[in-house]
Amino acid sequence: MSVDRSGKVKMMQGNQACAEGAIAAGCRFFAGYPITPSSEIAETMSRNLPGIGGKFIQMEDELGAMGATIGASLTGVKSMTATSGPGFSLKQENIGYACMAEVPCVIVNVMRGGPSTGMPTLPSQMDVQQARWGTHGDHSIIALVACSAQETYEQTVRAFNLAERFMTPVILLLDEIVGHTTEKVVIPDQSDIEIVSREKPEESPEDYLPYRETETGIPVLAKFGTGYRYNVTGLCHDSTGFPTNDSEEIEKNIRRIVRKIEDNRNQIIDYREKMTGDAEVIIFAYGSVSRSARSAVAMCREEGIKAGILEPTVIWPFCYNKVRELAEQVNTFVVPEMNLGQMAREVKLGVEGKAEVVSLNRIDGEPIKPAQIVEKVKEVV
Amino acid sequence: MNDEQPASKKPAVIRVNGSWCKRCGICVAFCPKDVLEINEGNLEVARPDDCIACMLCELRCPDFAITVEKE
Amino acid sequence: MFNYLKFIRTRNFPHIWCPGCGDGIILKALIRAIDGLDISRDEAVMVSGIGCSSRTPGYVDINTLHTTHGRALPFATGVKHASPDLNVIVVTGDGDATAIGGNHYIHAARRNINLTVLLYNNYIYGMTGGQCSPTTPRGDRASTAPYGNIEPPFNTAGLAISAGASFVARADVYNVKRCEKMIRQALEKDGFSLVEILTPCPTAYGRRNRMANPVKLMEWLRDNTVPVQKWEKLSPEEREGKVRVGVLADTEKPEFTAEYRKLIERVQGE
Ligand SMILES: Cc1ncc(C[n+]2csc(CCOP(=O)(O)OP(=O)(O)O)c2C)c(N)n1
Ligand code: SF4
Ligand code: SF4
Ligand code: SF4
Repeated sequence: MSVDRSGKVKMMQGNQACAEGAIAAGCRFFAGYPITPSSEIAETMSRNLPGIGGKFIQMEDELGAMGATIGASLTGVKSMTATSGPGFSLKQENIGYACMAEVPCVIVNVMRGGPSTGMPTLPSQMDVQQARWGTHGDHSIIALVACSAQETYEQTVRAFNLAERFMTPVILLLDEIVGHTTEKVVIPDQSDIEIVSREKPEESPEDYLPYRETETGIPVLAKFGTGYRYNVTGLCHDSTGFPTNDSEEIEKNIRRIVRKIEDNRNQIIDYREKMTGDAEVIIFAYGSVSRSARSAVAMCREEGIKAGILEPTVIWPFCYNKVRELAEQVNTFVVPEMNLGQMAREVKLGVEGKAEVVSLNRIDGEPIKPAQIVEKVKEVV
Repeated sequence: MNDEQPASKKPAVIRVNGSWCKRCGICVAFCPKDVLEINEGNLEVARPDDCIACMLCELRCPDFAITVEKE
Repeated sequence: MFNYLKFIRTRNFPHIWCPGCGDGIILKALIRAIDGLDISRDEAVMVSGIGCSSRTPGYVDINTLHTTHGRALPFATGVKHASPDLNVIVVTGDGDATAIGGNHYIHAARRNINLTVLLYNNYIYGMTGGQCSPTTPRGDRASTAPYGNIEPPFNTAGLAISAGASFVARADVYNVKRCEKMIRQALEKDGFSLVEILTPCPTAYGRRNRMANPVKLMEWLRDNTVPVQKWEKLSPEEREGKVRVGVLADTEKPEFTAEYRKLIERVQGE
């Protein structure tokens, strides 16, 4: 995302940056339930929304927070919720609903260690596969990551833009380190921020079909209260929005919901790469780990090891093509992550056997240090 | 309700939508004047002249299938 | 004759409910109640959970939102809080509202958010084939209580009152005019307004409890519901096995979206 960096500079936590980014993106509704290490997002929203006429609500649990977020969005108000592992599990039910009913909204998960209550105050990246497949049934999903407070601000804006454009829930995965580290954030001038808002139907209410087949597969859902009296359901439905048992209609609609993301993956996927041109080994890193990975690349280069870095900023859809392209050139991918190799699985799929994929895992709540990554690189080159 | 049939003339016109009626018998059982009957699986307005247009059949029909229009 | 046609989505008829299911009777009472009030169809939203009762929105020509099992109230809370000008009606079943959605139920009532909630109480899980619900009376049979239910039922209306709802009534579909009147009162009330409506499920409940014929269930409602005024005069013995119907609570309390509006004004004024 291109944001003008001439704005004002503030010191803030990643969680605060997330809330600020949401408001800059036009978010005017937040429903949440407290959980470490995400609560500062809810707290910041509760403080900042009323002043701009926005709405905050602390719900009775995450099931309710997700439901309220979707309900608010259907009235045309950009909506968000934030949580961490155990709450992310509870939200899965209605994340699936938002996928099926195609309701734009943003779900932030500040990852902590799991499974279960796990490590409330310590970081992990254990929910990256849950973000993809946490809710039942075939669906596609967009999930973003961020490595700093600055990037959290920008990625939150992007999350809203993608949600509104593709009419889908978008997940933003932070981790405890990103959420709780206070650092400098350049807040761009509001007029320099690109904002996308969902389209309005062009046809009259009489001709309106909320879930009709479109070229892009993206539906146009009218805001409740604007004269288009349609039906929204989590049951398989046809273009009218009413439940159907017609097998052809069922298949058509589910394929469209998946296609609208998969066919547009090139417009969604994003990554940074550095020093990959002549690299012999690629470090694939995301979230807070990518900061260590960047240092590791620099350290490797100093020692004459040709290392490069690939840092996805969008992890779902996954950048298989980019990985494949690099696999033609390098021998090895090193994938440091704070889990037992969840994204390394995808990298393995991407390389199609053309390069080796080596995992570096840490699940003890400690961050992965640059030296550890360098050590791993040395083992493989 | 395009297949409505005027089934009675006075003092009220009772119409039954045969394709929506599920023959549950509620209207029959609670008609105070015993106007309605289910015969061979069909709801019939057997004694239209006895109808007092109390509207109870219409109010309690779960299927939007019977209407009573006062003359 | 009441003209329901302008309120219903005729293309979805005949509806899916079984012969003699009371849900259709409630739908009609609701439509008449709405018609008597100045409610714009474009600005009305109906939200439901999952169950036979929760299929109601599909038949009403307003903005309709059929959600997940038990979650109608959170979705409705989001709709109402984000856009308080919308008129929000919630339709839910006894299982939907008080089992899987029990937590949302008490909290929505506690917030006293301006929602009109119609809780169709048929004493059973209808849609899934007759399993026990939190309102199944002791001793009654269900597919998961083949030897008779040993658990005591919830007093669903009482639960809403103690949680803080400003309007709570209990109605039944036999006394359908009274039911319509209570729905109208609930629609008019600012605040969390619940109408628990006793409704026959001949298929999943009646069949197992010697009332397979819908007429039997209607007769049961006729013979066992007691209006509040009369209830006061009954002895404890006479109340045994009877159900009190009528307006059970009607109080003035701060309403959530109005309080939030004040909060916005206060913050903006600072
Ligand atoms: C999470 C979840 N659990 C279980 C179900 C299955 N289910 C569908 S409807 C229902 C019970 C409905 O009972 P009630 O709310 O009383 O409504 P009724 O069908 O009797 O009107 C259940 C258990 C579901 N859809 N979702
Ligand atoms: S009450 Fe309605 S559905 Fe039942 S028998 Fe009478 S007309 Fe038919
Ligand atoms: S209007 Fe009353 S008297 Fe006439 S058929 Fe209906 S229930 Fe019977
Ligand atoms: S199962 Fe019961 S509640 Fe469901 S439609 Fe049939 S009668 Fe009604």
